[in-house]
Amino acid sequence: MRGAWLNAAMVWAALGLALLLPKPVLADAALEDKVQRVASELRCLVCQNDTIAASQAPLAVDLRNQVRRLLAQGQSEAQVLEYMTQRYGDFVRYRPPLKPSTWPLWFMPVVLLLLAGLGWWRFTRARPTGAQS
Amino acid sequence: MTQGRTRLGPWLALAVFALLSVALALGLKLNPREVPSPLVGKPLPSFALPALGAASAPISSQQWRGQWWVLNVWASWCTPCAVEHPVLLQLAQSQRVTLVGLNYKDATPAAQTWLAQRGNPYQTVWVDTQGSVGLDLGVYGVPETYIIDPQGRVRHKHTGAVTPQWVQSTLLPLLETSRG
Repeated sequence: MRGAWLNAAMVWAALGLALLLPKPVLADAALEDKVQRVASELRCLVCQNDTIAASQAPLAVDLRNQVRRLLAQGQSEAQVLEYMTQRYGDFVRYRPPLKPSTWPLWFMPVVLLLLAGLGWWRFTRARPTGAQS
Repeated sequence: MTQGRTRLGPWLALAVFALLSVALALGLKLNPREVPSPLVGKPLPSFALPALGAASAPISSQQWRGQWWVLNVWASWCTPCAVEHPVLLQLAQSQRVTLVGLNYKDATPAAQTWLAQRGNPYQTVWVDTQGSVGLDLGVYGVPETYIIDPQGRVRHKHTGAVTPQWVQSTLLPLLETSRG
């Protein structure tokens, strides 16, 4: 009997505490989905191979909160990405945009592959002729 | 024909090797921490923040219009800040340029103690407890240092501790450009 009272008291205490604590902004699941989507498009500049969705660095937490704030204000996902790019540069985009300054980044692998292919082609073609002569 | 090809082959390989070596050597020299700031060449975002240890009205970033000034983002919890501090003190002593501090995500008492112990090179120190101005400036690693021209444009941003070399080869030449 005494245990039950104690239990009830503890449940009420926990409920009271939950009411006292600041309400998390995460209440809105749709918003949280959006935040997650935008956050996984943004690079954490402290831990550069992580997105701010994956990182627990203080800066990543700040940026995630800012993303949430802006989205909650009604900004679109593209607008939030633009907001971050204006402040942190293209580097903050986890998938860099395609533009002249990023052409080497996007096309170098293809060019290198083509060059390697060309080299291989020449190499394999040179062999039989070399053997014949 | 066959001879021409066999002669070309090694040279081609050598050329590719040389190109790759140069590219990799350049890559080694690049510092991935040094992210180019989109702010350089653009006006400093306008903001107003209270000053450290003063109950006065917020101080506007337009305050130093018409002169060159250096904005240094620092915090008492930041280790490289202690490293660059003597450089800043010396710069302040030389009176070549106005130094303004931005105390970033710091506890005010800790910041005040820090300055009291090491000396204060700043004409004014802004307090940005939440880091909201820091976000507008694109601060991602403390210390950061911005050189701002008389028109209020950011002319240079340095991430990490500044060195006497940086003062000599980056800051002072920039200041000279406006005198000439």
